Amino acid sequence: MGIFLLKRTGVMLFTALCLTFAVFFLTNLEPNLEKLTKSEGNMRMTDVEVQSWLEKNGYRQPLIKRYGQWLGVMPGWTRVDEETGKTTGRCVRYADKATNEIPTHCGLIQGHWGRSLVFKDEIRGIIVEKLGHTGKLMLAVMLVMVPIALVIGIIAGMREGSKTDRSLSTFSILTTSTPEYVSGVILIVIFASKFGGLRWFKGTSATAMENVTFENFTLPVVTLALYGLGYIARMTRASMAEVMQEQYIRTARLKGLSFYGVVMKHALRNAMIAPFTVIVLQIPYLLTGVVIVETLFNFKGFGWTLVAAVGNNDIELLLACSVVAVVVVLITQLISDIGYVFLNPRIRVS
Amino acid sequence: MERLGASEIFTAILGQFMPVWIGLVVILVLSAIFQKKLGLYGRLFTSPIGLVGLTLVLFWVLTALFADQIITMDPLSQISGMKNKKPGWPVSGMEGSYYLLGGDNLARDVFSRMVMGSRIVLAIAPAATLFAFMVGITLGLPAGFYGGKLDTVLSFLANLVLAFPVILLFFLLVTPEIRSTGIPLVLSGILFLFPIIFFVLLFWSRYQEQPTKLMVLLSITLVLGLWAYSGLAFNADPLGVFYMDPNLLNIFVSVVFVNSPTVFRIVRGIVADIKTRDYVAAAQTRGEKPWYIMLWEVLPNARGPLIVDFCLRIGYTTILLGTLGFFGLGVSPESPDWGMTINEGRKFLAVYPHPALPPAIALMSLVLGLNLLADGLREESLRD
Repeated sequence: MGIFLLKRTGVMLFTALCLTFAVFFLTNLEPNLEKLTKSEGNMRMTDVEVQSWLEKNGYRQPLIKRYGQWLGVMPGWTRVDEETGKTTGRCVRYADKATNEIPTHCGLIQGHWGRSLVFKDEIRGIIVEKLGHTGKLMLAVMLVMVPIALVIGIIAGMREGSKTDRSLSTFSILTTSTPEYVSGVILIVIFASKFGGLRWFKGTSATAMENVTFENFTLPVVTLALYGLGYIARMTRASMAEVMQEQYIRTARLKGLSFYGVVMKHALRNAMIAPFTVIVLQIPYLLTGVVIVETLFNFKGFGWTLVAAVGNNDIELLLACSVVAVVVVLITQLISDIGYVFLNPRIRVS
Repeated sequence: MERLGASEIFTAILGQFMPVWIGLVVILVLSAIFQKKLGLYGRLFTSPIGLVGLTLVLFWVLTALFADQIITMDPLSQISGMKNKKPGWPVSGMEGSYYLLGGDNLARDVFSRMVMGSRIVLAIAPAATLFAFMVGITLGLPAGFYGGKLDTVLSFLANLVLAFPVILLFFLLVTPEIRSTGIPLVLSGILFLFPIIFFVLLFWSRYQEQPTKLMVLLSITLVLGLWAYSGLAFNADPLGVFYMDPNLLNIFVSVVFVNSPTVFRIVRGIVADIKTRDYVAAAQTRGEKPWYIMLWEVLPNARGPLIVDFCLRIGYTTILLGTLGFFGLGVSPESPDWGMTINEGRKFLAVYPHPALPPAIALMSLVLGLNLLADGLREESLRD
């Protein structure tokens, strides 16, 4: 088990390195850098001025070196201006306030994530704050989605082919066919505009970051939960239907146990192995949904920040967001792998 | 002129879709008559879910085909005085013309835009899915069949792309700036090669004993393939038949790139299972070459799950294209792309819901049709 864990973690770290480098490469493409220069300097800079600005600010070092500096495994660049004698460099901003000493390394590992151009603030603080908001949203979504999906899946899979199964399965297919930007629009029209006539909820969650209420939080949660719900329900149903055909279920029935007794005592536990993996792996898929829903409902969480970073060419912020997203995906994959091994006694790791 | 009432709008729309209804009836009746001879497709007619799905998909395919006849207005032209007008509003200055589903924020006809939007989706989604399948199959077959180092390397690369959050990949890959770096060209240059490789391998592995037939098939594949390749990937088609708008190419390539690793994993899994069967062992004993076994023994026997996944994946690609449009990364700013129309409409949702709803419902019904069709196909193919 220990070796399995070690190996999986090793692969995960290597994957993380590859992916962050890919993101670093894609965000630091030449046109993006030019755009950054012009927004930092002024829009009418000539090509020569752009090049010299990039040169002065350390953007003309080899990409791999800059990646190392950003990661914090290579010393940050410094540059002494010949005329004024002033030192500029990657790590100057992080100089010790008391001793005025500039740290040699300043990158992701040291906790120096850079400064956001849009929010004019340290990125680490922004990310932590926005992740908190999104965390609230995700928690609510999970609390709504998982129990409903499991119940639907279990009831449908209990008696495969029955009328209940057919209608619940069709409902599941319907929800998986409705992406967030469709269900969100429909829900807003029905529940939050004068046309639906209901006006139960608000069509925007701009106030939900500080103060979550039933009115401003229901629609985003429902929108997000609906899309993922069908998939989990269908996986649970398939797993449940498979277990219900096993020999030991028949034995238990023939022994005289009641149908529900068999379902509760014998079937459920074994039927929950596959859905567990699916639920954990659903988290990365929710990320796309989070970005859509936060944009649609103007909920200023992580997804909204990602869109803002892309829209404003905020390279450092986009990089930080990407790292968080990649790490979340990789950790959920690791958890689902480990959980699967723990839950399923038939898989032996050696 | 009077504004049309709800029932009049309804009948007018039904009437506009007349070519689609006729096409639907002809196809469904013909298929039902020859049901017994049509194999898996014919057996769909015994499953209600599959039939509903098929009807929905056919509806949109026919709509895309007859879009020119169905639309009532030009989907791009803006008519003054029609901004945000309610459904059924008469067009000023044009006797007998109505905006059946109202006007959008730029005074264009919502109904015609929705109909035309089906063309964009149905032109991109199936083709992109097909390309993803070519890539996935060409790489997945040897990975599953040989295993070993090749499998380890390819699987790692596939997992690498899969660990990348889809939305992030799109934000990074589908931007106007990236085109000047040439990355989409490199990607398309690699990805568009796979269909040619696939067909060359397909014919070469089978007809080695019949040199003339092999020569004919190979030359057709290579001439057609390289011709299309030069036009689609590099816009260098000497005759100018094959051409893809740079932005469209960018979107197309990104969608193929996102989908192929999943197809690769599915194919690899199925092949690893099928290669233990007796008929594979029999072919090996006969002395068949590995690629013959992969393409002519294993692949036909893996078609069931692959066809099902193909349907599901077209639906998923439709959703992806909508997502791209929703974030303003669509085909072109003017185009009636469903995702973009939803995005434009959502800003005024509280006041004018009618521009956003038709494309939203259209997209949902198409994806629902594809998912139901896949479900019906799965059930029928499992009965074998």
